[in-house]
Amino acid sequence: MPVAPGNPHGNPEAAQRQGALPSTPLRREVTLAPAGFPRGDTRHFRPAVGASDVAGPVHSAMMSSQVVVNQGYNSQLPGSYPPLTPAKTLNPGSGHYYSGGSQGPGQTLHRPPVAANPAVPSLHSGPVPRMPAPASQSPAATPRPSGGFLPGASPLPPVTWQHSYPSMGSQVNHYPPAPSQPPVPGSTNLSTNHQYVSSGDPLLQNSYGKSGITSNTNSGSLMAHSNYDEIEGGGFLATPQLATKNPQISRSVGYTYPSLPPGYQNVPPPSSATGMPPSSLNYPSGPQAFPQAPLGANHLTASMGGLSLHPEGLRVVNLLQERKMLPSTPLQPPVPNLHEDIQKLNCNPELFRCTLTSIPQTQALLNKAKLPLGLLLHPFKDLVQLPVVTSSTIVRCRSCRTYINPFVSFLDQRRWKCNLCYRVNDVPEEFMYNPLTRVYGEPHRRPEVQNATIEFMAPSEYMLRPPQPPVYLFVFDVSHNAVETGYLNSVCQSLLDNLDLLPGNTRTKIGFVTFDSTIHFYSLQEGLSQPQMLVISDIDDVFIPMPENLLVNLNESKELVQGLLKTLPQMFTKSLETQSALGPALQAAFKLMAPTGGRISVFQTQLPTLGVGALKPREEPNQRSSAKEIHLTPSTDFYKKLALDCSGQQVAVDLFLLSGQYSDLASLGCISRYSAGSVYYYPSYHHQQNPVQVQKLQKELQRYLTRKIGFEAVMRIRCTKGLSIHTFHGNFFVRSTDLLSLPNVNPDAGYAVQMSVEESLTDTQLVSFQSALLYTSSKGERRIRVHTLCLPVVSTLNEVFLGADVQAISGLLANMAVDRSVTASLSDARDALVNAVIDSLSAYRSSVLSNQQPGLMVPFSLRLFPLFVLALLKQKSFQTGTNARLDERIFAMCQVKNQPLVYLMLTTHPSLYRVDNLSDEGALSISDRTVPQPPILQLSVENLSRDGAFLMDAGSILMLWVGKNCAQNFLSQVLGVQNYASIPPIMTDLPELDTPESARTLAFISWLREQRPFFPVLYILRDESPMKANFLQHMVEDRTESALSYYEFLLHIQQQVNK
Amino acid sequence: MEAVVFVFSLLDCCALIFLSVYFIITLSDLECDYINARSCCSKLNKWVIPEMIGHSIVSVLMLVSLHWFIFLLNLPVATWNIYRFIMVPSGNMGVFDPTEIHNRGQLKSHMKEAMIKLGFHLLCFFMYLYSMILALIND
Repeated sequence: MPVAPGNPHGNPEAAQRQGALPSTPLRREVTLAPAGFPRGDTRHFRPAVGASDVAGPVHSAMMSSQVVVNQGYNSQLPGSYPPLTPAKTLNPGSGHYYSGGSQGPGQTLHRPPVAANPAVPSLHSGPVPRMPAPASQSPAATPRPSGGFLPGASPLPPVTWQHSYPSMGSQVNHYPPAPSQPPVPGSTNLSTNHQYVSSGDPLLQNSYGKSGITSNTNSGSLMAHSNYDEIEGGGFLATPQLATKNPQISRSVGYTYPSLPPGYQNVPPPSSATGMPPSSLNYPSGPQAFPQAPLGANHLTASMGGLSLHPEGLRVVNLLQERKMLPSTPLQPPVPNLHEDIQKLNCNPELFRCTLTSIPQTQALLNKAKLPLGLLLHPFKDLVQLPVVTSSTIVRCRSCRTYINPFVSFLDQRRWKCNLCYRVNDVPEEFMYNPLTRVYGEPHRRPEVQNATIEFMAPSEYMLRPPQPPVYLFVFDVSHNAVETGYLNSVCQSLLDNLDLLPGNTRTKIGFVTFDSTIHFYSLQEGLSQPQMLVISDIDDVFIPMPENLLVNLNESKELVQGLLKTLPQMFTKSLETQSALGPALQAAFKLMAPTGGRISVFQTQLPTLGVGALKPREEPNQRSSAKEIHLTPSTDFYKKLALDCSGQQVAVDLFLLSGQYSDLASLGCISRYSAGSVYYYPSYHHQQNPVQVQKLQKELQRYLTRKIGFEAVMRIRCTKGLSIHTFHGNFFVRSTDLLSLPNVNPDAGYAVQMSVEESLTDTQLVSFQSALLYTSSKGERRIRVHTLCLPVVSTLNEVFLGADVQAISGLLANMAVDRSVTASLSDARDALVNAVIDSLSAYRSSVLSNQQPGLMVPFSLRLFPLFVLALLKQKSFQTGTNARLDERIFAMCQVKNQPLVYLMLTTHPSLYRVDNLSDEGALSISDRTVPQPPILQLSVENLSRDGAFLMDAGSILMLWVGKNCAQNFLSQVLGVQNYASIPPIMTDLPELDTPESARTLAFISWLREQRPFFPVLYILRDESPMKANFLQHMVEDRTESALSYYEFLLHIQQQVNK
Repeated sequence: MEAVVFVFSLLDCCALIFLSVYFIITLSDLECDYINARSCCSKLNKWVIPEMIGHSIVSVLMLVSLHWFIFLLNLPVATWNIYRFIMVPSGNMGVFDPTEIHNRGQLKSHMKEAMIKLGFHLLCFFMYLYSMILALIND
């Protein structure tokens, strides 16, 4: 079945037109398969388990105790199906796939009971009303694929498909399971038997996307992390009433569009009753028998349920009265109010998240809610396990090019309906065979349809040129100023240490350029006894001397490279040249890289002063305090233009700025921003005077050099018809309306987009979003990583508020505020942030709350909204006051734009723990370690005390503040010092002592570090440490000289809301 | 004399109409992905200054030839053209910036602007035509 050849991310014609960029990956003339691409074998599936390139740094310690291996598809092997017992096959304890067995073949698929409460759908974890495997699916009756269908396909061994994520564990998507009974088929009262019991099962907490796992009679220790503890015990009873009202909401959206409001859909549309084509009798499963979850949001149940009871999620909170709103455990993202079958296939919120987990039906409704609608993505995050599919045809919608995903609907065996554009597509012949179960005729069991996050090995249609080799170019500033800081030593040493760990293969190329007022190239030709330096002093018209030997194969010239790295720090120690010709050096680097593409890492220590791209100091220290008149915009378009040139040639530029003085990061940063690079900033770096920065640089370089990298990437984000993306945030160039050009993609980059509802979504109950990232791995394979997120559509304002994801909203607002600061002014951006809170809470007050109570009433989902916005106002990017240097502020803004949400929230609103009295109570046990879990404290000085020690986790740094009267025990047992006075002024490591206290503290800190890919440096602060100001600055609930305290802020908001 | 003024204005107005149409076509090409943002913006930025000058000349001409009504009609559009050119941030690559054009609905607002200008120039075209004929008859 030939699939329309096309460019990966759009229709082919558009790709051809896009060909204006010479090496855009959409050009299709050259087609070369990557090495190792199995050409002949058309359905070669390969599990990614252990594939190092996919796995990335493995968070194995986190996962090992929680991931159950083999729980995916093995249980679905044909042999494990018992003979079909139609209906009433209730076997909640067996752990098999059919445990929900409520429908027999030929019956219409009844809509299972849905959670009545939109905020707590995940609690509703009864057995999944999956289809029992029809009898004909037993091995004997299965139509085996004939040789004619499957040329050369031999039965593959059962493959273990695993699908799990790092650092989810107990943190994300907590599914407190309920060993309840499955619904009785055909009954009008669908859900009377449902209970909400909080008995725990650690397995289920990460049974994300597992199809074979249902809740069962497991006993295990439930980690007490749920925000919804109250409802778990509460027995929420609103559902039954509604279920009887709507006894026959028995259709799944796959068959027709709902044309009536949900309340009127009592009659199943004819297609679901009669739509089964006769031929489907021959197949194991007709349309109704597909174990596709009955799609549908739970409008009625939600809104009416809210009237009868007020569980935690539906509660209205008066923030002025309830001050302790911060949960003592990390905040969980809200779970979309979807049917459980869909939800468990849904994309991990760490990868793909929407600000509103219930999408408003119309733009008018969205406008009324005054909340931003947008997506936050972390598409290239390191995943422990990721299903990888190698197949000659990648099944995609013919009209919108969406990849097939778990939320499409199969009309019958041969046809599927796209969930983004609703086009009905044919299922290609190859797709009929499921290599995992080795069953023919089960397209809905294919891994593509079982995993919301999946990676495809792209065939040659997805290449415009042979996959590029990994190419790394390092550009060093070697002017006098740079040599003074002594950074070359650490960088060269790091490079030497990590030379073998650079992601790549035998084709890896490397090169070096240094510059001061001239540009120096290094010829590393094989056979030379030592590197040869070539100096170009004509910086007005840069040319490349002997281009073939400047970028060399790393393996072939490794000795030369090592020799160069060893001598480089000493070569310029006597340099007196103070000028810096960064612009020409970048041009030279671009020329060098343009033929292949790759990564340029630039190390710069001062303001560029020579040649093109020279900049002038713009910062006026006296004006730091005023929010107006600061230079957040670039002063020249040189760097932007160069970045776009780089982007066109698949070159990304990463900037390391190590500078004491003002270096105009606003202008320099453009080079990374539009070429999809990243920016690192080390203010006042000095090898002797600032050892903390040295350590930070070393750790970050280590991560930078060894992390996964994708080359010549493009990303496209698609959404269901009716929604449209209008603004993008992050480091990339938006090449066409929804195509992001990412010359490099790294696992530490996050992206955000804003959306609007263009057409009303009244005729659909679900919307989906799909991000597809096409990249070349460092091994030279072309891969596509696809994430799909599915969310319900709602029609009332209350439901929109209930589904709000306050972290995502704050993250998106921060991105928007950065834009606003640049286009308008900082004070505008600050006002906009405050107004965002006021507007949305006023909207809630006037439109949702019926009785106007005094106080500041907020929906439970937004209870932290004012706090997070206040934290944003006090964040480096947006704060006012004298202590923000312009470059630091701009760096903070770059971070807002480029960081994934989790880290952005940690930098904005750090977690504070008391660590001098850690105990094993409530501790996590991960493999053989015990990690204490102290509660998170509110960021207020009133929580600090002089006789304690407090750890603040601010994402990229950890600060341990030790109070003056801290217990002697802690000082000696954990810090290893005699008394308070003997804590050294700069201490960045805890000694490993042989005491339980020390072990606990170290376990906790290393657990915090393991959760993120970079290495946060730990600072130990005494009362008089200079860093203490930094520590106290993060106390966002307290008043500072220029900002309100949390309570004052609430009062201000209340005043505005009640106006 | 008056006829000459209007003949010139008419020609200038024709040029401006063509320019507006060109803007619309190029922007809609970008909207449908026929060209990429970079080439679209460099094409359009080339014509921002000619448009500004062309329109300013007509406005000044009307002022000099004491056609107050037509001058006042032209004034806001001419001012907008100059304002938008001056207000381009230093880091941007012109009125049309490829990195911004897909953000915050800029493409749509540029499109709207071009449409409004097209309508305005058409109106002016007929006005100049009428005035020209009138002037010719009077001569």
